[in-house]
Amino acid sequence: MDAINWHSFFFLFFALLACGFSLAVVMTSNIVHMAFYLTLALGATSGLFFLAGADFVGAMQLLIYVGGTLVLLIFGVMLTAKGPFISMKTSAGDLVLGAGVGGALLVLLLAAATQVDAWRVSEPSPPVAQVTASRLGMALLGARVDKLDEKDPVQARGMSGYLLPFEIVSVHLLVVLIGSAYLARPKKRMVGGPVDTA
Amino acid sequence: MNLLTQPVGVSHYLIVGAIMFVAGVVCMATKRNALGVLMGIELVLNGANVNFVAFGSVYLRPEVTGIGLDGQLVALFVIVLAAAEAAVALAITLNFYNNHSTVDVDQADELKG
Repeated sequence: MDAINWHSFFFLFFALLACGFSLAVVMTSNIVHMAFYLTLALGATSGLFFLAGADFVGAMQLLIYVGGTLVLLIFGVMLTAKGPFISMKTSAGDLVLGAGVGGALLVLLLAAATQVDAWRVSEPSPPVAQVTASRLGMALLGARVDKLDEKDPVQARGMSGYLLPFEIVSVHLLVVLIGSAYLARPKKRMVGGPVDTA
Repeated sequence: MNLLTQPVGVSHYLIVGAIMFVAGVVCMATKRNALGVLMGIELVLNGANVNFVAFGSVYLRPEVTGIGLDGQLVALFVIVLAAAEAAVALAITLNFYNNHSTVDVDQADELKG
């Protein structure tokens, strides 16, 4: 009996949480329960990110996704969850069809995920603690500090970072903010209409 | 093969990502509530993110020295774009709810010929 590999133990813990609550989102038909299960599933996913060495992405998953996007979704649930909309049952035919297609897709994806030798269990890599935040920030600004020793000049030209996608995402976020604020504005009330003075 | 004593590899992460992805797809296809469809989209994006982070992880693929940061950067972009997408979709859903007093996506068939 070998010693327990704690990395694998915590991976198993978070993976079971993430998969279980993802399936729970599909299974339940109550929209409030769905929002709660989704929160737990995404939180467990951030644990998986931490275990893969992506500390900054895991933190951003918690901050932006669980803390921002899901709060937005839960507000949407609270604004619309009335009477019949809390629990909307899917018809049995749709459920069977969805489960069949989803099962087929799952079999395909699992076969693809497990059949490549290079993706199987690797040798335990030496534990090197690396903080990725500063390197990610430099890459977003256009400098790949992790690729400075790239020998091949042709490949070194491709290591120019992610400044352009960063700018595109920034402008995109601005456009989306303006657009959603415009879409969700309160409806104009009739101003100066016929006044009932009777 | 005991999962508790073996180190995890990329394919373990891929399995988790595949399950989340399929759960999201089924959620998108079968939910009648518009917000349920939105939650399915979030699950799909997260399943993809798990794959990106796993492929870019130097912990899981010690033979890969090059693309360490790329997977994480793409995952960051996906997170930000998911936030933008959720904001717009929620605004549309609330507008639809204000106009039609329902969030059932089956009722949104006014453009049907």
